[in-house]
Amino acid sequence: MRLKLRNGIPLIDQHDKNYMYGGKFGGNYIPETLKKPVDDLTKLFSKLRKDKNFIKERDYYFRNYVGSPTPFLKLENLTDHLGGAQIYAKVVSEANGGAHKIYNATVHCLIAKKAGKKFIVGDTGAGYAGKMLSMAAKKFGLKCKIFMGAKDIKRQRPNVEAIKKNGAKIVPVTSGSQTLVDAVSECMRYWVANNDTTNLCVGSTVGPNIFVKICAWSTAQISRELIKQVKEEFGKIPKKLKLLNCVGGGSSAMGFWNEFMDTDAEFIGIEAGGPRNSKLHAAPLTNGSKIGILHGAAQYVIQDKEGQIGTTESISAGLDYPGISPLHCFLKDTKRARYTSASDEEALEAYKLVSKLENISPSLEPSHAFAEAIKIAPKLKSSDVIIVNSCGDSLKDKDIIKKRLGVYIR
Amino acid sequence: MKSKISLAFEKCKKEKRPALITYTVAGDNTIGNSIKILNKISNHADILELGFPHNTPIADGGQIQSSTHRALRNGIKLKDVFNIVKIFKKKNPKKPLILMGYFNLIYQIGENNFLNNCKSSGVDGCIIVDLPYPENKSFANKCKKKSINFIQLLSPTTPKGRMIEIIKNSHDMIYYISMLSTTGGKLKISPKKILKNYNKIKRINPKKNLVIGFGITDKTISALKSANGLVVGSMLCKNITNSLRMRQNPVTKLDKVVYNLKNKIL
Repeated sequence: MRLKLRNGIPLIDQHDKNYMYGGKFGGNYIPETLKKPVDDLTKLFSKLRKDKNFIKERDYYFRNYVGSPTPFLKLENLTDHLGGAQIYAKVVSEANGGAHKIYNATVHCLIAKKAGKKFIVGDTGAGYAGKMLSMAAKKFGLKCKIFMGAKDIKRQRPNVEAIKKNGAKIVPVTSGSQTLVDAVSECMRYWVANNDTTNLCVGSTVGPNIFVKICAWSTAQISRELIKQVKEEFGKIPKKLKLLNCVGGGSSAMGFWNEFMDTDAEFIGIEAGGPRNSKLHAAPLTNGSKIGILHGAAQYVIQDKEGQIGTTESISAGLDYPGISPLHCFLKDTKRARYTSASDEEALEAYKLVSKLENISPSLEPSHAFAEAIKIAPKLKSSDVIIVNSCGDSLKDKDIIKKRLGVYIR
Repeated sequence: MKSKISLAFEKCKKEKRPALITYTVAGDNTIGNSIKILNKISNHADILELGFPHNTPIADGGQIQSSTHRALRNGIKLKDVFNIVKIFKKKNPKKPLILMGYFNLIYQIGENNFLNNCKSSGVDGCIIVDLPYPENKSFANKCKKKSINFIQLLSPTTPKGRMIEIIKNSHDMIYYISMLSTTGGKLKISPKKILKNYNKIKRINPKKNLVIGFGITDKTISALKSANGLVVGSMLCKNITNSLRMRQNPVTKLDKVVYNLKNKIL
């Protein structure tokens, strides 16, 4: 039976009583100790999202703290250079802190305050989720701990420094691959032991259902702004509109697409294909990984036959994750979105071209999406519109880019 | 017919002591040693829990993670786990053995396939860490049909109404998590406080065998001996780690450790 999306119902609410999307993605595969904290958070959030005052508060901070709306602009030079489709960018990296992770972090801190918690913990890969959570925690007077893989601490130095500057404690995770997957596990383990005093902010649309929901609900701000900006620019939503977004856990893509769910806009998610000549990747949807359970949710996940979670590789720490949001699995199986991947090398080339031609400089995560735009734009007509979510700034990748390309340009 | 798990509790009640329940990881540090350890410690322990390793555990502390890591590095597969059980059970047919692990491995092999393997190798029960109630209803029923115990967990965060529901749906043994912690954490609350919570749960249905686990070591075990059963896991994993580091034989080491634990609850 083909899965179907329902019109007019927010995607995050299209689950059954077991919190499964399409009967097979998501859910709450969690230890008994987390049942009550997850239930409590679920109840609190369902109350808050209907509370006008809470919405007002959220909008106030999105406007005055995050900085809303983020710019929407045409990439004239890139469009001319490639010939074909018109290419636009939603420059979410202009948000306070330099990436979309600020939305989820801000909302989680607001919720933690409402729950009367004084501590907040979170995981991070590229360091953005950690940086934003530490920023927001400082803003809202919460004590903060960030779990980060030891490998990522080395390769994302600028964000690590920012986290420290914000007064948060970084907990290096040295188990397993020492990247995002282990950081999320360690962070969840910490929450198992400290949920009486501490709220958890999962850094993407992954984990037990409530975290998928809160994150997607928060990043939806991106498309709330964009749909207005698009209508202003074109007078209506263009007939042939493609929305391109990189996907790791999938939080920025969910936010970028949400308000366009019931329109004809085409969604293209770009996963991390890993190094060109490597068998390793971080693209479970593109490469046909099977459904498995990771971090409390059923999803397509890179794993071996037995169910041991597989090793991933990507130049981009933010996409270097073996799983993917249950929401994206649902969008894939309902054929609402299509998914493809870009290699490390393609992402680097895309970063270089965009940074050279335009006034923006995407980090290695959105560079994966730009790589796809560069691939397809020349084959399209000028009536086609491509919008890329430039959801992170390249500054954090300075070291990697210098090492790989010899120079850092922006 | 009564399950081997029930019979083990009955025997301990007659002897006026708690059941001693051990946890070790299958294949730690090798398949051979894992079998030898089970054979040795079953002389002292009443019920054996055997972990089937998963590389992304979300509720295990450092000690069990190290054991899991060792086992996986040696290439342990689920079929090896069942083989270990089969070999152990051949020698010790009456000793109850419980498999403990995470759901993804069962999800991949398939619930029915997993349970058929449990049955043919002689597994008496299952603890699935990340399959809570009510999501575990269907799997727990499948276990029951095969006369395999599904062991429900309760924690200090479990509200009373939910406890009543879970106990109603439980089989011959219920596992109470002593405190908010991953496995192997230091006891954050006093044994007295743990027993107070324990007795509250016990009153809901005094007939159910309720065991306590998490944070129990040779230092704390005797203070908790009024419970129906006590689980020691991380301390055993730690002893394997230490004996390997000091080039001692983990088998004789664990034999001694479990013997001592038993003496503390007599």
